[in-house]
Amino acid sequence: MIEFVQAVGDLALFATSMLRWLCRGLPRRSVVVECMYEVGVRSIPVVLITGMFIGMVLAVQGYQQFHLMRMETRMGAVINMALVAELGPVLAATMLAGRVGSAMAAQLGTMRVTEQIDALRALGANPIQYLVVPRFLSCFLLIPLLTVMADAIGVAGGWVFSTQVLGVDATYYWHYSTEYVAAWDVFAGILKSMFFGAAIALIACHRGFNCGSGAEGVGQAATSSFVLSFVVILVLDFFLGMFLNEIYWTLWPGPSSFV
Amino acid sequence: MQPRDPFNDPFTGEESGRSIIELRGISRSFGSQEVLRNVSLDVRAGETVCLIGESGCGKSVTMKIMASLMQPTAGDVLWNNVPIKDRSDEELVRDRLRFGYLFQGAALFDSLSVFENIAFGLRQNTKMSDEFLAELVAERLKDVGMSPASAQKMPSELSGGMRKRVGLARTLALMPDIILYDEPTTGLDPIMIDVINTLILKTRKRRPVTSVIVTHEMSTVRKVADRVIMFYPLSRLEPGQPQIVFEGTPEEAFASEDPQVSQFVYGEAGERMQELALL
Ligand SMILES: Nc1ncnc2c1ncn2[C@@H]1O[C@H](COP(=O)(O)OP(=O)(O)OP(=O)(O)O)[C@@H](O)[C@H]1O
Ligand SMILES: [Mg+2]
Repeated sequence: MIEFVQAVGDLALFATSMLRWLCRGLPRRSVVVECMYEVGVRSIPVVLITGMFIGMVLAVQGYQQFHLMRMETRMGAVINMALVAELGPVLAATMLAGRVGSAMAAQLGTMRVTEQIDALRALGANPIQYLVVPRFLSCFLLIPLLTVMADAIGVAGGWVFSTQVLGVDATYYWHYSTEYVAAWDVFAGILKSMFFGAAIALIACHRGFNCGSGAEGVGQAATSSFVLSFVVILVLDFFLGMFLNEIYWTLWPGPSSFV
Repeated sequence: MQPRDPFNDPFTGEESGRSIIELRGISRSFGSQEVLRNVSLDVRAGETVCLIGESGCGKSVTMKIMASLMQPTAGDVLWNNVPIKDRSDEELVRDRLRFGYLFQGAALFDSLSVFENIAFGLRQNTKMSDEFLAELVAERLKDVGMSPASAQKMPSELSGGMRKRVGLARTLALMPDIILYDEPTTGLDPIMIDVINTLILKTRKRRPVTSVIVTHEMSTVRKVADRVIMFYPLSRLEPGQPQIVFEGTPEEAFASEDPQVSQFVYGEAGERMQELALL
């Protein structure tokens, strides 16, 4: 328990010093660009593939239930709502945590054990500014784009599969989707994803910086970074979901119903 | 880098013999393992000090504490007679740039080429034109006996000895006033050891530098040291004996009657052999 409190406190301190360095200015442009390329561009394929299949899976699963109730045309509303509000952001974040987060933890961990982080300090570069700030910015700024891609391809996948393979009427599919899924839901999903991105980068970098010795320590940093990120993503998702719902009801009070 | 005023410079200047780095009662433990206990030493302007002692006795830890890359568990580090804890973060970063540090494992940045590794400190702290930078890097590579073609290689493509030399080139690129070398010649062939020893001497002739060298190489001690400090591992220290078992000139070290010192400098295991049950 004490260890847990200590770890959270340590992470909070780490985040504060990261924010302080973020405010003091960015490292060289080439460093940031390279990092963004790795985080953003290189994540696109895996996000697109998983996004598309999640959309289609939802269509397959949903169809059974809705078909029994003869409400296939409402499928669009459920699939698209689930995608933009939950699955898109969570899926993009999970992929980022797995693909980018653990690689970051392993890379920074290797730098720690081979004294490269000390070498940075000896050469007048601040490791937080040089290593953590670009990674944080890349995750924080690019995860919304990845989320939008996951959303879009998931929606497309669900739509194609429902209408072309399962034979659901396309017009009604869209009609109910647009009626039920509001811009707010898309926005809320994207907003959540930014929190996920920030959490992934901070956790991964923190694990890397506090890596144990040797190859074993590096492996452990990578694994624990993914596990911890995944847990935090789901916990954040729950609390942010509740919080954003509160905001929604405060801004737009009034009944809303699933037609 | 700020332009230096030689008359008002705390780290160089005429007055040699002034204390540059001082450790006062330094202790350091890792968990339950105690590595340094109450170590005090003093490095003076312009001199070259060799730290020797058997593997694992805490030489690298001492060097990191000197450069404030690691915090001691107890004791004070003074740079230029001012405790580093009295410096603000900015002052600490600025003054640390006066130090060059060659890491034991070279610590080259894996993701950068040899060129970028050597240019790193210059890019980070100065605004140099690319041509000037290329010229400087080529010069540093030549100093450590590497071909200009190796500049484009990645660290993973280098041999151990080459990495060490690139690390040395990177350390010297920023023209530090205080140079801490952690085993500069380990893993090099005899010819290259001589080249590096000469480079260390040459660096010192070119401008006033203060150096601390951790080494197991007695030729380095003979050739470049003004003073030798020998550490002993805590685990084998007699009760009450200080951890620094010898301090003096190289001549004194090689002439020492103390078996702890003479066995080390002449590489004779003595009763250690029985202790380790190898005979
Ligand atoms: N970061 C660390 N974490 C835990 N223990 C450490 C760490 N760094 C050093 N040690 C321990 O401190 C002791 C001294 O290490 P140090 O690297 O200073 O030895 P050394 O005198 O430089 O030896 P060598 O000549 O082999 O380089 C070792 O027993 C090592 O296990
Ligand atoms: Mg060492």
